[in-house]
Amino acid sequence: MEKKLYDKLVMSHMPKENRGQNAFIAFVIGGLIGALGQFLVEFYSYYLGLSSSDASVFMIITLIFFASLFTALGFFDKWVKFARCGLIIPITGFAHSMTSAAIEYKKEGYVTGLGANMFKLAGTVILYGVVSAYIFGFIRLIIMGGI
Amino acid sequence: MIYVYSFLFAGFVSMLGQLILDNTKLTPGHITSLFVIIGASLDIFNIYDLIVAHVGGGALVPITSFGHLLIHGGLVRAHDMGFIGLAMGIFDLTASGITSAIFFAFIFSLFFRPKD
Repeated sequence: MEKKLYDKLVMSHMPKENRGQNAFIAFVIGGLIGALGQFLVEFYSYYLGLSSSDASVFMIITLIFFASLFTALGFFDKWVKFARCGLIIPITGFAHSMTSAAIEYKKEGYVTGLGANMFKLAGTVILYGVVSAYIFGFIRLIIMGGI
Repeated sequence: MIYVYSFLFAGFVSMLGQLILDNTKLTPGHITSLFVIIGASLDIFNIYDLIVAHVGGGALVPITSFGHLLIHGGLVRAHDMGFIGLAMGIFDLTASGITSAIFFAFIFSLFFRPKD
């Protein structure tokens, strides 16, 4: 597969699409994941006695775990095709892109395939996140003098 | 009530991404990168912290929170170490997410084959 996975996904949806319906589905699914995130934060802070910042780390790991597992089991792709940005914009999309790339490229070898291509889709998020956070962090330090 | 806010905020960000996806030629890769940059930029004046305080877990789920956590980790270290602290702390808060995403993706890819 030469083109990006998501490119193909987007192209397959290009004709005859209902934008209003797509936006509504993304709103509902994305919102449900957000509410689930809040539920998990409260769940972990109540049952494990964690602070809310530790509980939110547990919540993010939980979402990543299930997104990776469901991607590996094969049915998360269908969900993403249906909900699209409702599952791509939450942290589940990050885990989904990494796991699907890892499984897709495994047949080309563990180093040249899996190792080299795992970050093909997720790498851009990390790259622009780090560069922008560094620049904006500098700006904030200069303007407001840190926290 | 915080569940409603979580639902509305995460849903709004996802819908915004879907509208950009449908009405422009940008790919999901462009949109997630854009949202991370927006999340980091909202922290210059503490705006994303305010959103997290009011919305709770729903604000930590969309990819915008990744940018927020990156800049926030850097600023915490910069508080003690000055400018070099930015580089030291930038991955502090996101390390758990990135590490577990790498680990789970690797482990699961060992056991599962692509389904076509």
